[in-house]
Amino acid sequence: MTSAAAGTARSDRWAQVPPWPLIRQVIHRSATSLRRIPAGIVPVVVMPVFFTVAFSGTFSGLTELPGYPTDNILNWMIPYACLQSASFAALASAFSLGRDLESGFYDRLLLAPAPRWTVPTASVLWAMIRALLPLTITLALGVIGGMTFPGGFAAVWWLAVGAFAVAALGSLWGLGVTYRIQRQSAGGLVQISLFVIMFLSVGTVPIDLQEGWLPYVARWNPVTYILDMARCGFVGTCEWSAIWPGLVAIAGGAVLLGWWAERGWRRLVP
Amino acid sequence: MSSAAAPQVLALSRRAILRFARQPSSWAPATIFPLLLVAVNSSAMAAVAEIPGIVPPGTTFLMFLLPAAIIQGVLFGGINGGAELAVDIQGGFFDRLVASPVSRPAILIGRLAGAVAFGVFQAVFFQLLLWPFGAEVLGGIAARFALVIVAAFASLGIGSVASGLAVRTGQPEAVQGYFPLLFILLFLSSAFFPTQLMSGWYQRVAEANPITWMIDGMRELVLVGWSWSAALAAVAVPGVLCVIGMIFATRQLDRRLAVAS
Repeated sequence: MTSAAAGTARSDRWAQVPPWPLIRQVIHRSATSLRRIPAGIVPVVVMPVFFTVAFSGTFSGLTELPGYPTDNILNWMIPYACLQSASFAALASAFSLGRDLESGFYDRLLLAPAPRWTVPTASVLWAMIRALLPLTITLALGVIGGMTFPGGFAAVWWLAVGAFAVAALGSLWGLGVTYRIQRQSAGGLVQISLFVIMFLSVGTVPIDLQEGWLPYVARWNPVTYILDMARCGFVGTCEWSAIWPGLVAIAGGAVLLGWWAERGWRRLVP
Repeated sequence: MSSAAAPQVLALSRRAILRFARQPSSWAPATIFPLLLVAVNSSAMAAVAEIPGIVPPGTTFLMFLLPAAIIQGVLFGGINGGAELAVDIQGGFFDRLVASPVSRPAILIGRLAGAVAFGVFQAVFFQLLLWPFGAEVLGGIAARFALVIVAAFASLGIGSVASGLAVRTGQPEAVQGYFPLLFILLFLSSAFFPTQLMSGWYQRVAEANPITWMIDGMRELVLVGWSWSAALAAVAVPGVLCVIGMIFATRQLDRRLAVAS
């Protein structure tokens, strides 16, 4: 039997196997390594605290600018810190994939009796689950610090949607990069690119108050719209006009980055 | 250190500088990140310069951020210098040096030369690159030179603490772990935002942070003009750090050599 025929036979046979057991096992393994490797806790726990304290403390005076959308800096910075931290959850997926590829563990995962697409799917799902932790931490810090919720429950809902979306989109980007480079060092590239795209948005200051070249870039940056959506309930009530551009950015990002990750995946698993 | 050690220091310094220059992963993030932060923050927060009393009339937020860019770059470079020493220890080069009749201080000084050279390069490069975009230094040539001296001292100070950690642990990861601490200290200062606009405990911490004293001295040279008091304030903090760092690194080296023998 040729290798192509063997591959077809394999995919026919395992297409019938339920995907959830493998996804559950991969997520369980990731959760266990997070508990066992203290260095893994730092980006999850320390970075949200750092982002929250640093952004809201350092830039607290921004609320004195005429036209700044809120007089409580936490209401502006907590969603930003939350999305930044969610991008770190995505980064962890890329690092973990790079490590597994280098150590050969990924090859063993691909031999598991389940459809192969379950392996990258588990990575994306784990990034989203992991984003829950910084989301909870930053929100708790915000509440302790005096953050308010003018949008009520919708504020938390849309913030959670934004955080999960950033984690999922970031991990799709990270998987695509790591599948192509197939080394842990790909994590550095993913880290820089995620950091840059988050910075080139409306993280600290709204577009109307930005000057020079940045507002032009921020206007084209999809993160701007996801951030606007995630923030809507913290700077007022959530209007549809603030939500739909964010949802469009997420949907567009999912299609493009999903394609990017899939193409990278095909290099590894033709 | 005897005069016979001078050629050894030179040879090891040359090796450290060449090794640093040949590895883009060592210098690229340390050059790109500070420039990115300056580019983004100077555009995002340009309106802050319009609040009365924050920067002198006729100056810009880009000028305000120039010292922060230099110190941030130096921070990256200094830590990389220490991490490189840890790589030497892990790779066995350090043991071969110790087995040879090379002067012990030359091992440290030679390695730190790479960090200092990179700090000086960054201070010059950032000033020249940001100049056409409006980052003038009102203190003139003397102030520009003082900024380079501060960068050299800061590189040596941060690099010597990082080298001490490298000698103690022998692990590049442990040295890199020192970076977030310094980055937090940099954020908890006046580096990116004026302390007058901070509030509560954060403002008190930022005002008591030695990095603020150093940055404020550098900033006065950039935004106001040349003054000896500002130059001395800017040099004093990294100068003290150099003394502490060198004592720490030398002790750690003695300790490792004692254990080895």
